[in-house]
Amino acid sequence: MVLRLSDLSVTRRRRPVLHGVSLTLFPGEFVGLIGPNGAGKSSLMEAALGLIPFTGQSSLAQMPATDRARHAAYLPQAREIAWPVSVADLVALGRIPWPGGGRSGLDRIATDAAIARMGLEPFRKRTALRLSGGEQNRALIARALAQDTPLLIADEPIAGLDPAQQLACLRLFRELASEGRTVLASIHDLGLAARFCTRLVLLAGGHVLADGPVDAVLRDDLLRRAFGITVRRVETPDGPAILPL
Amino acid sequence: MRGLFLALAALVAALFVVSLLTGPAGLPATDSLRALALGGDGPLPIVMREIRLPRAILGLAVGAGLGLTGAALQGYLRNPLAEPGLIGISGMAALGAVIAIQTGLSMVAALALPLAALVGAAAGVALLVALAGPRGGSVTLILAGVAISALAGAGTALVLNLSPNPYAASEIVFWLMGSLADRSMLHVGLAVPPMALGAALVLSTRRALDALTLGEAAAQALGISGPSLRWRLVAGTALIVGPATAVAGAIGFVGLVVPHVLRPWVGARPSALLPASALGGAALLLASDIAVRLIVPDRDLKLGVLTAIVGAPLFLHLIWKTRSGGRV
Amino acid sequence: MRGCVRRSRAILAAALIAAACPAASGTRGAAPQRVVSMNLCSDQLAMMLAAPGQLVSVSSLARDPRLSPMADRAAAYKPNTGRAEEIYLMRPDLVIAGTYTPPATVEMLRRLGVRVEVLPPAEDFDAIRTEITRMGALLGQPEAARDLQARFDADLAAARRRTDQGRAAIYEANGFTSGPDTLAGSILGAAGYANIAADYGITATTALPMELLVMADPDRLITGARWPGQSNGEAILDHPALAAVQPEPQVTGRDWICGTPFVTRAIRSLE
Repeated sequence: MVLRLSDLSVTRRRRPVLHGVSLTLFPGEFVGLIGPNGAGKSSLMEAALGLIPFTGQSSLAQMPATDRARHAAYLPQAREIAWPVSVADLVALGRIPWPGGGRSGLDRIATDAAIARMGLEPFRKRTALRLSGGEQNRALIARALAQDTPLLIADEPIAGLDPAQQLACLRLFRELASEGRTVLASIHDLGLAARFCTRLVLLAGGHVLADGPVDAVLRDDLLRRAFGITVRRVETPDGPAILPL
Repeated sequence: MRGLFLALAALVAALFVVSLLTGPAGLPATDSLRALALGGDGPLPIVMREIRLPRAILGLAVGAGLGLTGAALQGYLRNPLAEPGLIGISGMAALGAVIAIQTGLSMVAALALPLAALVGAAAGVALLVALAGPRGGSVTLILAGVAISALAGAGTALVLNLSPNPYAASEIVFWLMGSLADRSMLHVGLAVPPMALGAALVLSTRRALDALTLGEAAAQALGISGPSLRWRLVAGTALIVGPATAVAGAIGFVGLVVPHVLRPWVGARPSALLPASALGGAALLLASDIAVRLIVPDRDLKLGVLTAIVGAPLFLHLIWKTRSGGRV
Repeated sequence: MRGCVRRSRAILAAALIAAACPAASGTRGAAPQRVVSMNLCSDQLAMMLAAPGQLVSVSSLARDPRLSPMADRAAAYKPNTGRAEEIYLMRPDLVIAGTYTPPATVEMLRRLGVRVEVLPPAEDFDAIRTEITRMGALLGQPEAARDLQARFDADLAAARRRTDQGRAAIYEANGFTSGPDTLAGSILGAAGYANIAADYGITATTALPMELLVMADPDRLITGARWPGQSNGEAILDHPALAAVQPEPQVTGRDWICGTPFVTRAIRSLE
């Protein structure tokens, strides 16, 4: 078990956004969090990390801050880089929870590995703010990888990326899962979610509507209840393609 | 990077010595330094030890403090326009100091002066952090700063005008522009210890400020505690800016110019920018204080006049850059 | 339109003068009967020279014992705070102001038809004698002025010391010192001291960097009096370097402020 949420509820500005969500994540899973806008996906992630007030229990939020940061890395939806730091320095920020704080030999190894994995070697010394959106996104993912955690929580990691970057990102997450790590990512593209995730959680109106294998979650009745749409599923040699109608 | 720090330290040391050797009396350098180190009879040791040494020490400490807090506030507010003088923290500290002086509190206990300035600075920085915060944009920050500055300036002028003392009203300039003229070792003793404590607190936020580069949520997920960071920053800034303003008045722009100039040299990392800005601030203020003594030797030209002449155009340049959407 | 406004204002002013100032229309040669003094220094001379009932009001500063050697006597007069309105309503036929009276106030009073005489501050003993004569003439009391001048001359001759007493420095709030061409400098000279300000070419009142004062190493230090409330300008007088030069400096007082016969007391205080 990597993360256990039980009966998690969040109220924001006196408006309930999550009701009694229970969820358990295991090693090797790539869990796609799907649901309409305002379903509570971001709130679920932030509450799980203990970044916002909630009731109920989260195994992650219970940990001391440093332990939690060594257990779970978080990629917020807003991709912020405040200062013109170099890509190498940006990625090294992921080492802050670890003893060297980014400067020890171990930190350097982890940082280099993350840079290499994301193909960022040519950009090492470049100022992160001068990179394109896709490159910045890769640098930020590399930062999360450098944190070297069993769990990665990513809020809409493929929003705003071109198709090639989207595929690369989801492929990487799938790879991480196959290496034994756990990824929880909110995704709007149902087709890509269906292709890459090992498990889907459908959230609507602050409730978990469905949780399980892709086929069990992407059912017409559930999608109609959650999104108010129907979908057409086309099986292709490369996996199912899902067309919203 | 290491070279940068060595160069800055050497510059500060050289300027410190030049500051000791600069003055209207035009004393011979070797005799002056000997009198400073060994003492002796006659007026020379008094001039060196009681007049020039405290001035040089305060120039170094106040400059370092302003550079450090400027870099820290910029890191926390994630905004290159933050600076204790511009956003009203120094002004609030001056208001606290003036209140302590005019109510006679500073007569009852000498520590009341830096303490009251500290309370003023803390009120200013807390108000600012509450209004602007790490998520606040430049507009919020500057407007909040303008409002706090105006309030503090008006309060200071009011207190000084209500004073029964005929000299008090003419001192508004000192509190607005700052000066190191004729400060004594008493001032050093009052200001430097709390400033050192504040510097330790502010420097303890280095890692957290680095993490804030990624935004507030990501920083928290990296194990940074928001309330603890905020508390250390507010307290540290108040401990530095309060006593510094109590003895030297409000000196603006040091905390703006120095981090801006040094940022590219340290790879823009807040953790490296903090100590570099402390050294840079010390160098800038020592140099300014030498300059005011050389430009008009027989008048007390206020330090803030000089720093503003350098800093204000840069400030406009920064506003221009943020206005056109580019990050600095 | 504009001309119209201007004309109506002129008419209003003329009406006010005609209604309120019968005394002002009297001949200039006769002694004024309702005199108002607006300046601490002219207050004192006027009190010494005016006939009973001739002086109506003196400045409120004249009542302050820290500033005025004649604070007791000033209590007998109506105080004024130097605003044109209150002075005009006292219906004076002569107002005595100082050089530093705000020009707007003087202008306003003159426009309202009040005779205003401006007395410059006296910076040496000859100027004090001239001032006494002038005040006597203004008040129509030349005999009283002659008597006062004779007494002042005798007092001054008695107080003066010809022997060299050493070097002295005057140091006041904000680091100001007074050179030989000032009243304080004249007092210092009359007491037999050499003024260190002269060493640095200072003749008037100006700021002197503290290290120059310390380097001059004066035998005697005279500092400004302290005022209630505090100021940074005065805090300089607590500087340890000053204490090292002169642990117990002499403090100036009300006898040092104005060019009046009281300066002989200031000279004697340096003995």
